[in-house]
Amino acid sequence: MKITSKLLLSTTAFMLAGALPATAAWQPQKPIEFVATAGPGGGTDNLARAVQSIVTKYKLTDQPIVVVNKGGGSGAEGYVYGKASAGDPYKVIFGTSNAWQQPLVSKVAFNYTDLTPIAAMAQDEFLLWVKQDAPYKTAGDFLKAAAATEFKMGGAQSKDTDEVLTRMIEKAAKVKFTYIPFKSGAEAAVQLAGGHIDAHVNNPSESLGQWRGSTQRPLCAFSPKRLPQGPKVTTSEGWSDVPTCVEQGLAISQYEQPRTVWLPGKVSPEQAAFYVDLLKKVQATPEWKDYIEKTSQVDTFLTGAAFDNFIKQDLEHVKQVAGEQGWLVK
Amino acid sequence: MENLQSLLHGFTIAVTVPHLTLMVIGVLLGILVGVLPGLGAPNGVSLLLPLTFGMQPVSAIILLSSMYWGALFGGSVTSILFNIPGEPSSVATTFDGYPMARDGRPTTALATAFGSAAFGALVGVILITFLASWVAQVALAFGPPEYFAVYFLAFASFVGMGGAAPIKTVVALAIGFAIAAIGIDTVSGSVRLTMGIDELVKGVSFVVAVMGLFGIGELLIAVEEEFQARAVSSRVDWKEVFRALGRLPQHGVALLRSAAIGCWMGITPGGPTAASFMSYGIAKRFSRNGARFGTGEAEGIVAPETADHAAGTSALLPMLSLGIPGSATAAVMMGGLMIWGLNPGPMLFVDQKDFVWGLIASMYVGNIVAVALVLLTVPVFAALMRIPFAVIAPLIVIICVVGAYSVSNSYLDVVLMLGFGVVGYLFKKLHYPLAPLVLAIVIGDKAEDAFRQAMLMSKGSLGIFFANRLVTTLVLAGMALLLLPLALQIVRLLRKPDEAAGEKVRII
Repeated sequence: MKITSKLLLSTTAFMLAGALPATAAWQPQKPIEFVATAGPGGGTDNLARAVQSIVTKYKLTDQPIVVVNKGGGSGAEGYVYGKASAGDPYKVIFGTSNAWQQPLVSKVAFNYTDLTPIAAMAQDEFLLWVKQDAPYKTAGDFLKAAAATEFKMGGAQSKDTDEVLTRMIEKAAKVKFTYIPFKSGAEAAVQLAGGHIDAHVNNPSESLGQWRGSTQRPLCAFSPKRLPQGPKVTTSEGWSDVPTCVEQGLAISQYEQPRTVWLPGKVSPEQAAFYVDLLKKVQATPEWKDYIEKTSQVDTFLTGAAFDNFIKQDLEHVKQVAGEQGWLVK
Repeated sequence: MENLQSLLHGFTIAVTVPHLTLMVIGVLLGILVGVLPGLGAPNGVSLLLPLTFGMQPVSAIILLSSMYWGALFGGSVTSILFNIPGEPSSVATTFDGYPMARDGRPTTALATAFGSAAFGALVGVILITFLASWVAQVALAFGPPEYFAVYFLAFASFVGMGGAAPIKTVVALAIGFAIAAIGIDTVSGSVRLTMGIDELVKGVSFVVAVMGLFGIGELLIAVEEEFQARAVSSRVDWKEVFRALGRLPQHGVALLRSAAIGCWMGITPGGPTAASFMSYGIAKRFSRNGARFGTGEAEGIVAPETADHAAGTSALLPMLSLGIPGSATAAVMMGGLMIWGLNPGPMLFVDQKDFVWGLIASMYVGNIVAVALVLLTVPVFAALMRIPFAVIAPLIVIICVVGAYSVSNSYLDVVLMLGFGVVGYLFKKLHYPLAPLVLAIVIGDKAEDAFRQAMLMSKGSLGIFFANRLVTTLVLAGMALLLLPLALQIVRLLRKPDEAAGEKVRII
């Protein structure tokens, strides 16, 4: 059965390819589904909806686009769905580095190799946050205090980006944290504002409101250089005023979370190329710049070999941390 | 009185022709998505969201929140008429709403539900208006142990009640917890109980479970009993709508108590679902008519509906002031807020006065619009009950199948839903209570997360549940609710207190 349908598919593809002039690129012929591997309202969902609205506004394709949320199992639901849709170029999966990190640490029924990588579109930065009235002014003060008592560090999900970074800080600064996983970064931010945890490593957009509202403040950014100058967040400070962690003696020079876009496996290179091109057009619009600025992310576009390399490097890194912590799935 | 001035200013923003039109459109769309099970408010709002990108933020939020009010009201319609709750928070409404409708009083049941819902929403908005800043502080006091204590209180208010044997309640709870555990575990990150089915990694959706348990389960029973709805008077009876509303003040105590429970659970992030269950449980225990609950008692509709709407309304406050969404719908709206360029959080009240107070004023007006529109539809919906069972039964099956599929376009969900239908049928046949099962499915995993987060914080010491006044009070109140009726029952049965039985329940 499988072989027949594959045969049929390839025959159809062959016939289509033969029928069209060699120069005409692949174009979608039916509605496209954007699959957000997160619940409504989260960062991944916002990205999918921002892209949807830009594509629709500029009529970048004739076909309508629907966004569906498949955020169950920390996003695994969406990736498993992508895996099951092999060969279907009308399903576009929006995710994060979860796509390659999750299969390392939990027994989920997919791997990133089951999907066709399209691009990494934006990078979310990480910062170290403490409560507004905490006594420490710098990351150095914080780590000194952390060496004396075991701090409670909150974050989104378990064995995911937030915990990986927490464990990296432990190692770099030779301290020990109790990591408490919450459902989302927003929840961790509220717990910090209430003083139930001592710190977290949220993305800028997850804690922007709290910083502006003076319930918590960033100590340092896990970035090789200071974040770009945007509008001031508080009356006196903006993102570029936050020192890098390296400046403050915490030797983690870079830690970012890419927003990634995938097609299911077994799609043709022409189909993949269509979406790479589509996303490039999206990225050139003023609405995209606006979205990036409002969500305080870093604009990037990785595709092809550059994206593959990025994944490989990140995998090495996470494997090392996960191996040390004994998280790797056997 | 500064708040009152801001509110009046808000009214000048909300009460304009374009905004009133948006409210009517939003409410009507909301009623539609609320009535169709499986669609629900969160999906409806996310479908509408892209249309709002070009709008003024305040117009956009008025449209979306009106849709939310409409959906909250609409969700009660199917619960009452067909025993299919469209939203988790309207499950408790089925307990007395459905028997009353089946008894030939669908108009009364719907009007009572809408009337008390409007009262609950009103109390919620008043609370937001006057206590916004104080309320935000209360929510901050809730860490993992306090969350767990709130969920514990909700379970406790339910365990001891009901005609079912306590052991059967415990069994139902345990099955519910097991179902809630399916999928990825937040605290350990590992996959649990997927039984080799890859897709189960997403967990079991609440909507799928209740449509099967209630909708299909009830249908199977009805088919077996060759159930015929009692003849409902064929003329459209407007007077009954007003008579039912006029009788509401008789349930004054229940209204006030339920509104208080609703507001409390909305602010502390227990949410509307826990609120409606708890309110029903407490009403059953303390009402004079408590014994008749479950047979179509008006107070059994008033209690969950009032609490549901009070909580649903006040749940928007933590979203605005802290950036924690109190419900799935609030989460979608928060996503919208960010896209419109607003940042939910403490500064919203300072930076975006027009937006915040325009929204709050629109809550008053929007709810009035919603209740007026929804009351107009009562006779129409009630007329559905006159359709012969032979016609309506296949329709219910279709609604449930489509509803289950549309949750996440998954065939597995349809199979699961039908499976839950069989479970619901067996539960009824064997006299096991469904309510604790559903409660455990809905808040079981949240309670588990909170408990384990608390245990991580305290390094395994249960002392954390008595660490401060707030959490101690909540835990003790929960234990009192849990143990008192059990103790009384055991004293009555065995003539000696048996602590072991109490312990067993508490562990679960």
